[in-house]
Amino acid sequence: MRNFGYTVARTPADAVRTAAGIANSTFVAGGTDLLNLMRDGAETHDHLVDLNRLDLDDVTLDGQTLRIGALARMRGVAEHPRVRREFPVLSEALLASASPQVRNMASIGGNLSQRTRCGYFRDPGSACNKRDPGSGCPAVTGRNRGHAILGGGDHCIATHPSDLAVALTALDATVRLLGPDGARSVPIADFYLLPGTTPDRETAARPGELITRVDVPRTRVAADSRYLKLRDRATFEFAVVSVAAALRTRGRVVRDVRLAFGGIGTRPWRDTRVEAALLGRPLTEAAIGEAGRVLVRDADPRTENGFKVELVQRALASVLNELGGKR
Amino acid sequence: MTDEPAPESSAHTRRTVLKSTAAAAAGTVVASHHTSVASAETAHTGGARTRVTLSVNGERHRIAIEPRVTLLDALRDRLGLTGTKKGCDRGECGACTVLADGERIKSCLTLAVMRQGAEITTVEGLTRGDDLHPVQEAFIRHDAFQCGACTPGQIMSAVACIDEGHAGSEAEIREWMSGNLCRCAAYQNIVAAVADAAEEGRR
Repeated sequence: MRNFGYTVARTPADAVRTAAGIANSTFVAGGTDLLNLMRDGAETHDHLVDLNRLDLDDVTLDGQTLRIGALARMRGVAEHPRVRREFPVLSEALLASASPQVRNMASIGGNLSQRTRCGYFRDPGSACNKRDPGSGCPAVTGRNRGHAILGGGDHCIATHPSDLAVALTALDATVRLLGPDGARSVPIADFYLLPGTTPDRETAARPGELITRVDVPRTRVAADSRYLKLRDRATFEFAVVSVAAALRTRGRVVRDVRLAFGGIGTRPWRDTRVEAALLGRPLTEAAIGEAGRVLVRDADPRTENGFKVELVQRALASVLNELGGKR
Repeated sequence: MTDEPAPESSAHTRRTVLKSTAAAAAGTVVASHHTSVASAETAHTGGARTRVTLSVNGERHRIAIEPRVTLLDALRDRLGLTGTKKGCDRGECGACTVLADGERIKSCLTLAVMRQGAEITTVEGLTRGDDLHPVQEAFIRHDAFQCGACTPGQIMSAVACIDEGHAGSEAEIREWMSGNLCRCAAYQNIVAAVADAAEEGRR
């Protein structure tokens, strides 16, 4: 790993100010993704601003909003009694992520900021439009079994690796940012960007902005939610396909439904047309099948990832049937 | 507060031979690295050695290290605590698992400078005098290893796994020990050892 300078920040404002004052600096919290990126040379930084002393690790439920501090650790949020009871999809997504050791270390802000697992991105010997804009995307015609079938293009088809981001996308979370120009909020649906012709720009966060908190609205449907993650091995693995789902029915009729998907899109994938296909209709095999077809209508599979088109529809059916009480 | 341990002096054991060979090799790497990045290093003030106080197994150590030194490398190369193993050095194998304030972490994925003030426990800190920790005893009873390279990490992870209450069944142990890989695939006996130690703790 190339050497770098290091500063411990005492307050969020101090962190932002310090980072703004040092060229090519970045923030570090758990370090579980950043240190590997720096070892591999996928990212180089001359200075790290350590966030671990910041008072941003509270998880609170006040009124109608769950507020998750950016420095809360994955384990703490996953085990929080009210998160487990009222937002089970968040707890399940976190517990399906990484390993127990990493969940003790990794922060919520860092989890949302982690970089794609695309092997070409992680290998500085390969071209990559994310890492080196304009150099090309070998994944489009190369090894792309793990890549996106939605939201991509010829510039990039990498998926976002965070399970938590998928669950937060289903629940309409808001990301709170603090930067040199002050604080602002970005709905998570706008936080992650489609790659378009600038896949190096992954989020709406501006240079030097720090995630301070994630707000999740408390809704009845969030309490009836779950996360289904399909992997190449039973555990400690990234998603091939995942579904974050929340569902409320009366009788068999769908009264409220939220769906987001991992492993299939270039960002945590939400398509409200899929939800519209279910809303107000009985939760029948036909309705679920139609919702699945809407989801993959614009799919653009590549040489190795075509299996995801059917897999994600089956995953959707499985999780809806389970939440709907069919099994 | 103690300083860094003095280098071993008397018996020329296999370990001291390996250690000095490794040191010589590391010296070569460091020298060539410095030459290649000299211009970049002088362009900014970052990277200077900094004094760090680490509390490991109840002893405080004050060392001067560069910010890029991981907790794993500080433990092994600076404090001589080679019980913690370096396997993949990227958070995948778990051989470097230690406890920080009682929680298991991967010491290759954290910088030593980030762990000032934390109480670190390594496998060397598990014994009480001459008595092995119950998890160490259980690993011996169940022959829960072959080559042994992953064993310190497995044991540290198992101590935390039991402490967390995640050792109630074989399936639960397999899930919650999944951050520790064993290339010899001694999993059957590892799971049995963890279950046995957990059971012993409940008695």
